[in-house]
Amino acid sequence: MMNVLNFAHGEFVTLGMFAAFLLFTFWHTGPLVFIPLAAIVLFAIGQLVYYALIRDVMRGPMFAQILATFGLLLFIRYMLFWIFTPNYRTLPATLLGGTAHLAGLYISIPKLVAALVAIALTAGVYFLLVRTQIGSRMLAVAEDREAARLMGIDPDRVQALAWGISAACAGVAGALLATFYYISPDVGGTFVLFAFVAVTLGGFGSVPGAMLAGPIIGVVQVAAAYYTSPELAEIAVFTMFILVLWLRPQGLLGRSLGGT
Amino acid sequence: MTRARITLFVCALALAVYPLAITSTFGQRVGVLVLLAALSGTAWNIVGGYAEQVSIGHAVFYGIGAYAPLLFYTNVKGNPILMIPVGMVLAALVALCVGIPTFRLRGHYFSMATLALGQLFLLGVTIAPALGAASGLSGPVEQNPWQLSMRSPVPYYYVFLVALALMIGLVAWLERNRLGFYLRAIQASERAARSLGVPVYRYKLIALMISAACTALAGSFYALFVGFVNPESVFGLLISVQIVIVATLGGAGTLYGPLLGAAILVPTQEWANATFGGGGTGLSYVVYGAVIMVLTRFEPGGLLGLWKRLRIRAAASA
Repeated sequence: MMNVLNFAHGEFVTLGMFAAFLLFTFWHTGPLVFIPLAAIVLFAIGQLVYYALIRDVMRGPMFAQILATFGLLLFIRYMLFWIFTPNYRTLPATLLGGTAHLAGLYISIPKLVAALVAIALTAGVYFLLVRTQIGSRMLAVAEDREAARLMGIDPDRVQALAWGISAACAGVAGALLATFYYISPDVGGTFVLFAFVAVTLGGFGSVPGAMLAGPIIGVVQVAAAYYTSPELAEIAVFTMFILVLWLRPQGLLGRSLGGT
Repeated sequence: MTRARITLFVCALALAVYPLAITSTFGQRVGVLVLLAALSGTAWNIVGGYAEQVSIGHAVFYGIGAYAPLLFYTNVKGNPILMIPVGMVLAALVALCVGIPTFRLRGHYFSMATLALGQLFLLGVTIAPALGAASGLSGPVEQNPWQLSMRSPVPYYYVFLVALALMIGLVAWLERNRLGFYLRAIQASERAARSLGVPVYRYKLIALMISAACTALAGSFYALFVGFVNPESVFGLLISVQIVIVATLGGAGTLYGPLLGAAILVPTQEWANATFGGGGTGLSYVVYGAVIMVLTRFEPGGLLGLWKRLRIRAAASA
């Protein structure tokens, strides 16, 4: 959205998972409490990262972002590694246990909850962007920072907010994942590549695009694993990604790249 | 002699006598690793720095360069050195195939496509038994200078230093050539360059092919120096990102930026590994990540920018 490739985004997810783990282990809070708390913590971290690092990095060329966020990735990942050791941890399966029987399909409840919250969250972000004043400001800053400033918008505050929201979403994702996925310091790397592919495939800055690309990636991955072999699943996803970009350089629902 | 010439001469001299002054194998190894990083960074810089086509998939070319000699050695016991030029040509051809679809893309889209290609190669090599699959390939074990297989890092150091000097010479020549001007025009504004009649697409492809061949050379050298490669160590995302980091930390689009970046990053990493690496706590990466963040935070345009500012300030106060 804000035209930054954030390599550390996966680490925000990891932080969300660890936040959930800590809140559960020490204060015995349930998902209803630890998911919003993880969002708040990550929102603060996102803002901090923007003011302490990204604001100044944005002055430089595009690759400075790769540099800075990759440094951040190493920093967060190995800080967690150092504090928590690389052991896998899990939350008790009974926390959000059971399976739901839905139209002939058995779906485990944590995954169902995760999917529903994810859909609600994406819809919320989309609503925020296209229907509210804050959203209009974000789009304005993304389009032309200087022009937005002339219109009386403080670009720093808006971008810090965008970073906060982005990190908070990652935090919620992490806290949700923690209910059914193993928790370890390097787990973020598993998700970030596919998140990148989803965002690029959908078109940068397009929420419906990402919403469309996510299931496409999932289906291609599972279909390739099912019909050929599991080793080829990721290869299929990346091949599909490159082919789509070849035909539609701006992503599925991205705006045409007429300007730069 | 101008001041710049003197600085250059002193730096070159320091590089030339470094392995004679530092006698510990650890120090000499660090020197070799600095040169390797500088080689791949300089190669990336041709397309990533001058034209600002930020590829996060250069591990593809690095890996091809690394695999070609060891594959030849493993399968027919041939002299691995003979395969270095073959690897370079192969990398250039792959660059052509990679560039044709991806150079239609701009900005982040290009970066993400190169990243995806890098992952494709990584996954492809990992499942190919003919390429050693996940366990990788090994090089010559016995000492044989003609196969670039030696125990001491010093000979490697000088071979790599000569290669780096040649590569920097090549880039310096390109800088003053039509290609260099076109690439900088593309960097400033691709649309403006195109409207002035610059064949943007073709020149980006040429730059990528040169860059790929040079990256493959660095990959070959790495493979022969370490004597062992596996998919993750040469095709991994980390390699692609490290190439970008080395080139951009010093100053992308500048002749000596990648060398400077390598001279700062590699020793930092090795020092952090040696000091904090014990016990497998990962603390060394915390330090390494923090150094990268701090440097980028204060000098996002690369460290050579700092140098330029200091000189302007000195000139202003004089």
